[in-house]
Amino acid sequence: MPKISIKAEIITHLFGLAITNSMIASAIVFLLTVFVALYFKQQSAQKRKGNFYYLIKFFIKSIYDLFYSVLGAKTDVFFPLLFSFFFYILLENWFGLLPGVGSVLIKVVEGHEEVFVPLLRGNNADLNTTLALAIISVFSIQFFAIKYLGIKKYLHKFFNFSDPISFFVGILDILSEFSKVLSFAFRLFGNIFAGEVLLTIVAFLVPVLASFPFIALEIFVGFVQALVFSMLTAVFLSGAIAEHH
Amino acid sequence: MKLLTVALSIAVGAVGPALAIGMIGSKAVEALGRNPEAESAIRTTMILALAFAEAIAIYALVVALILKFA
Repeated sequence: MPKISIKAEIITHLFGLAITNSMIASAIVFLLTVFVALYFKQQSAQKRKGNFYYLIKFFIKSIYDLFYSVLGAKTDVFFPLLFSFFFYILLENWFGLLPGVGSVLIKVVEGHEEVFVPLLRGNNADLNTTLALAIISVFSIQFFAIKYLGIKKYLHKFFNFSDPISFFVGILDILSEFSKVLSFAFRLFGNIFAGEVLLTIVAFLVPVLASFPFIALEIFVGFVQALVFSMLTAVFLSGAIAEHH
Repeated sequence: MKLLTVALSIAVGAVGPALAIGMIGSKAVEALGRNPEAESAIRTTMILALAFAEAIAIYALVVALILKFA
């Protein structure tokens, strides 16, 4: 029975900070994202552009059209944030499916015994990452709401003293903002972690060929979860900056 | 006993979202049949509602995984 742990396992300690295997994977994906972004920017300034540039541009255009239907004319302001979410989460999800991630083990001293832990692990299968992304998302929604509505109208949405029912609804609105953080975090974490567990168990039960449809499913689920995260952020943004009633 | 709890939590927790996703899909297809021009808007709204409904099943799954592995 393969060992599955919810927490990411610690590989080394660096300057007193524990480095887990999902941190190493996220560093690799981060470098890849920065590399692709810098390549795109450098190619857009040249006269004869490479083919990969057009592929990325087509990709960005399709996602832009998708967000345009939700946000309308204000898409230009929010698109960097939303596309970064989408691209980063997509690459993180797909990185966990590469051969070698989760299967190449390294010997580590844990407590007072030596165990074998995976060297790399998909970063979204770690609750810390998804919680961080969720907090970033909900904070930027509040920040943009304050920027577009002004502090008075923003506070008036939550603390509405005109009648008791509106006051109660305002308190519920505050609670729903916190529940958005939890829901974002657990949706992404649950999907990706459950996918990893599924792949591990299927590979353990039937080592030959049975993993293929499940890996295809995980590719699709990774794409859908990235899309859903950014789409939900866009929808909450458009709801937060709209004038109330 | 613990295994029974784990299995029951995910089995019962997936019934509601399964019904919900089926209903969302059927209403979306019905709306598409009545107004084929609004295909893009219907598809976007359906995917959004699907994500909310599926998240409930994922919460049940996370509870089951936490019970089993921690």
